Amino acid sequence: MASENKNSLLDVKGVSTAFKIGDNYYDAVSDVSLQVHHDEILAIVGESGCGKSTLATTIMGLHDPEETRISGEVNFEGTDLLKLDENGYNKIRGLKIGMIFQDPLSALNPLKRIEDQIQEVMIYHTKMTEKQRHDRVIELLNEVGIDDPQRTAHQFPHQLSGGMRQRIIIAIAIACKPDLIIADEPTTALDVTIQAQILDVLRDIQKENHAGIILITHDLGVVAETADQVAVMYAGQFVEQGSVEQIFNNPKHPYTRSLLRSMPQRDNERDELYVISGMVPSLQRMPKTGDRFAPRIPWIPAAAHEKNPVMHDLGSGHLVRCTCYKQFYFPDQVNKEGLSQ
Amino acid sequence: MWKTILRRLLIMIPELIVLSILVFLLAKAMPGDPFTGTINPRASQAQIHHLMVIHGLYDPWYQQYWNWIVHLFHGDLGISYEYQEPVVDLIRQRGTNTLWLALFTMVLTYAIGLPLGIYAGRHEGKLQDTLVRIYTYVTMSIPFFVVLVIGIWIFGYTLNWFPTSGSISSQASGLGGSLISRLGHIILPGLLGALFGTVNIVQYLRSEVIDAKHSDYVRTARAKGVPMKDIYRHHIFRNSLLPIAAFAGYSITGLLGGSIFTEMVFSYPGMGLLFLNAINFRDYTVITALVLLYGFLNLMGTLLSDIALSIVDPRVRVE
Repeated sequence: MASENKNSLLDVKGVSTAFKIGDNYYDAVSDVSLQVHHDEILAIVGESGCGKSTLATTIMGLHDPEETRISGEVNFEGTDLLKLDENGYNKIRGLKIGMIFQDPLSALNPLKRIEDQIQEVMIYHTKMTEKQRHDRVIELLNEVGIDDPQRTAHQFPHQLSGGMRQRIIIAIAIACKPDLIIADEPTTALDVTIQAQILDVLRDIQKENHAGIILITHDLGVVAETADQVAVMYAGQFVEQGSVEQIFNNPKHPYTRSLLRSMPQRDNERDELYVISGMVPSLQRMPKTGDRFAPRIPWIPAAAHEKNPVMHDLGSGHLVRCTCYKQFYFPDQVNKEGLSQ
Repeated sequence: MWKTILRRLLIMIPELIVLSILVFLLAKAMPGDPFTGTINPRASQAQIHHLMVIHGLYDPWYQQYWNWIVHLFHGDLGISYEYQEPVVDLIRQRGTNTLWLALFTMVLTYAIGLPLGIYAGRHEGKLQDTLVRIYTYVTMSIPFFVVLVIGIWIFGYTLNWFPTSGSISSQASGLGGSLISRLGHIILPGLLGALFGTVNIVQYLRSEVIDAKHSDYVRTARAKGVPMKDIYRHHIFRNSLLPIAAFAGYSITGLLGGSIFTEMVFSYPGMGLLFLNAINFRDYTVITALVLLYGFLNLMGTLLSDIALSIVDPRVRVE
């Protein structure tokens, strides 16, 4: 199993992140474990509000300690990041771990020139001279596919298109050649043609730096195209983890199967897309015990679910939460699948 | 940058023309004629008629307007009925007094308001923030003139620290002496004015700092590994100053218009008091001149605000 692998770049063990709402804490991420290796892309998929971004910001240490309670371990290159203080974290953020944010429109400071915003990360982590930093900015802008780097360096964010701004954010994230890049929905705010270009840029950078990448997305198409490993997240928990082949060719968990089935496909004979009924429970209404996905597949008998679902190893790194997958079938496919198990 | 300023100046020209026409027409619509109080009250209708002809008062309005504008450009705004002095001289004297008080108040306002607002926003929800907010709420809920009266009573009459009226002592002599006397007269009204002026700045700045603190670009900066104290310096402060810059111009020119409350309570011979007296005595030439001046100051205020904003915010600059 991958967790035994001593060479993993990032080894997250049983991480939970709880937010303070009123006087109580509620888990936004519960008991998440994952590994990322050099040259590997781990995709975390799940619908909005399932805790993907919270997981990313937890790894980055961006939460206010007064508003959150975090437990578990985030082992990165031999250090448990969760034990670091703010100063210790600042030596890792930007240098060892780069983060690409979701919304390129608001993630850049509107009042600062592009060059200054990229240089800032080098000022804090390197001893480069002004001239060296400038050269590196131009080099980075070339790398992320900006046509006229000299000109762009002197511009302000509002003068650039969304796609260009996202490239700038990538340039900031990779400026110090980090070992790990966390990309939180890097293409969500962009149109499809730009999406493909941005993903290409990410892949090129990875080839060069041998970085590990955590790619957070809700776009299964992007996952199939780019990822090596996939983790499917539902209501703050991972419900299935495995290689991209395992997840796409042999999905087990009802949620993974539903997600894949609700994906538009060219050879889909049905007129309508599959819809997962119900909603993700809000943080306050999250059931304390039982299978969190159970309310959304009410036709599966309660006895099929575990009382406290845990991850089951199906071999070669394929993990699935709860045993209910064994009895799962889609309501319109009773004869085909329900009885075949 | 220069293009932005040039463009703004060009826009001001038609604004000024419209403003002057409006003020002129308003003055024309006021009752009475320009000779009341200046000629022998027993003058006959024919004599008045004769004067009206000489002074071109039967000419079409645009011709009169033109004459008025030409005089205006020569620094002639007419004679005050009340003081029997050229209006320009009157405004010059009162304006100087107001300028002193306004500059002093403004410097104090920003010197107190900016640090306080940033401080409160930075310590949002903590004791420091609560104390600053109590200060702003208390200041906001007490009427300004009440504070002025209480202030003058405590520091003027009871403690006798500051003079209670006027702009300069008649005994002051020499440049140094008159400077000190002037300063002594503006400290109390300036300080009290500033205590009130800061409320807006503190409240705005506090909420801007809090907003900026939770903004995406601050998160980006944190992800770069920038320590929080540097993020405050390089990202939060400047971005929070936008709304302050946006109304800085207005507040400066507003102060130049003179504060009627302050000048009333402190019997400070400034523009506000001049305007109030002119209204009470129906001193039309002064009213017209002041309305024109206030209009002009307002336009200058927007100009200054726009310039200030374009200095801090690249998005409003014309490239």
